Amino acid sequence: MTVAAEATAHRSRRRPRRFRRALQASVPYLLILPVIVVITAILGYPLYKLVALSFQQYGLPELIQRKGEWIGFDNYVSVLRDDVFWDTLLRTVVFTAANVVLTIVLGTLIAFLLVRVSGWVRVLLTAGLVLVWSMPAVVAVQVWYWMTNFQNGILNHVLTQLHIGDYGQHDWYATTFSKLAMVTLLIVWGAIPFVTITVYAGLAQVPRELIEAAEIDGAGPLRVFRDVTFPVLKPIFLILTSLSIIWDFGVFTQPYLLIGSSHVDASNYLMGVYVFIEGYAHSDFGRGAAISLLMLLMVAVMSVFYVRRMVKMGDVR
Amino acid sequence: MTSAVDVAQRRAVAEVAPRAATIRRERRRRAKRVAWNVVGLTVFVVLVFPVFWMISTSFKPDTEISSFPPTWLSGEPTLEHFRDAIARPYFWEVVKNSLIVVGAVVALSMVVAFLAAVALAKYRFTGNKLFVVLVIGILMLPQAGLVIPLYVVLARYGLTNELMGLVLTHLVILLPFAVWTLRGFILGIPKELEEAAMVDGSSRLGAFTRILLPLVAPGLVATSVFVFITSWNEYIFANVILTDQANQTLTVWLSYFYGTSRATDWGGLMAASTLTAIPVVIFFLLVQRKIAFGLTAGAVKA
Repeated sequence: MTVAAEATAHRSRRRPRRFRRALQASVPYLLILPVIVVITAILGYPLYKLVALSFQQYGLPELIQRKGEWIGFDNYVSVLRDDVFWDTLLRTVVFTAANVVLTIVLGTLIAFLLVRVSGWVRVLLTAGLVLVWSMPAVVAVQVWYWMTNFQNGILNHVLTQLHIGDYGQHDWYATTFSKLAMVTLLIVWGAIPFVTITVYAGLAQVPRELIEAAEIDGAGPLRVFRDVTFPVLKPIFLILTSLSIIWDFGVFTQPYLLIGSSHVDASNYLMGVYVFIEGYAHSDFGRGAAISLLMLLMVAVMSVFYVRRMVKMGDVR
Repeated sequence: MTSAVDVAQRRAVAEVAPRAATIRRERRRRAKRVAWNVVGLTVFVVLVFPVFWMISTSFKPDTEISSFPPTWLSGEPTLEHFRDAIARPYFWEVVKNSLIVVGAVVALSMVVAFLAAVALAKYRFTGNKLFVVLVIGILMLPQAGLVIPLYVVLARYGLTNELMGLVLTHLVILLPFAVWTLRGFILGIPKELEEAAMVDGSSRLGAFTRILLPLVAPGLVATSVFVFITSWNEYIFANVILTDQANQTLTVWLSYFYGTSRATDWGGLMAASTLTAIPVVIFFLLVQRKIAFGLTAGAVKA
């Protein structure tokens, strides 16, 4: 056998193994490749475009010509000098805080209620929660609008019947505050089931013996909650709160449709609606891109906690 | 000196007293439970009322809808509003559009997401953390903030007012969710099962198709149903991307039901709302238990 032939034989024996090892190492990358491609193409490129647009004068004519005019930081200056932006931001922060607190508190109270009721009430209540949870947002808005209608909405009738006051013909969409209060009611109603069912699942993890031991030692219900139940539930509360903050801060469908597309304006904007109207509806894509980017950055900062938490948990196998 | 009778009496009292106390405690506990049940039922009624009111209104004749005081349930239920809603312009077109979009999104996202989920659950590789951050980060982006860039890019490639444009958009917002949830389902399958199959002479691929796939099938179904629901319900992108009435999806059609004047046909609106919600509610009830904990993974051991 010649040296060359020997070398070939040797290599052909070696090559498949090395090739195979390389192939095996690349398997996970091949598996995630499609997701990466889709996300880069459909999201990555638009996000790059978003940054570029935010430095351009880009309206309908530019959209048709497909060419914007570079104007540096003008869009940002215009947005940050605009009182509407700051008012909207402040309103959204207050709105988000109110929604999150109400959702978490009410959701948790109902979870505790679930522990205390009889079995058949628990089944009924859980079924009700899941039913509410499954309602599409657009459908919920329509039902809400019908229930709070000033002419023959059932809410006015019930409030009057309960002698809470005379609510005949009361217009729930008269002031900014009452408009946003209606939106809050709708969002909290829709968000309670997720919180309740998650907290209830968490309650099952609280050791019964610990609660009983604390009760025997004379701890009242509040003390038991503070010192026994809450520490176990804390990670759940942290995650639910951060998710709720992120969702409520960027909410669009409920305020836009419930207040009504012809009634949303600078006096009742929330961030999601603001960016939509100023950018898309007014066809000022450059300025809208600047607002979008600011909003996305704010949400990204808020998401850091949640994402880190999930990555850490994802690590535990 | 105490007599024997006295002692016996005292002993009897001592025995009865605790029993009376237990009975009293038992009675108090039962009263408490009844009170909690009343609270629970009240909460149930308040929570479910909007859904009840939607269905109830959709079956009422117009005279009852505007009657005062209102009737809770109609004495003469009618299907008239459902007939009207279905007969409205574009109803069948938008139902078809919704089904096409949802079908395409489910099919594409499940294939693509499943591969990535397997990579995350079964392999350790450099950059997997980065990939997880990417996936969850995208999951958190507010959709309103993405309207402008997606619209401008889709417009450039002539994909606005095309169902394809909406399919791509839904794909990108739902892929992260699908990857993350499927990963959880695959992690839930004991490693030993696969290893046992490989020891018995199965190849990795063989173990995968014969052991892993059947076990993860319920998870695949649950995830695809959830993708279905989210895509069916999605509003903002459908509203922006599909501009022609005949091209819209069911939720957008529903949102324009009353027009801008808001002189409203309440019965028709509630019937249309009920029709829109029915498929979602049915599917949601089927998979809720399986999917609820994806977003709180790790915090809740479901």
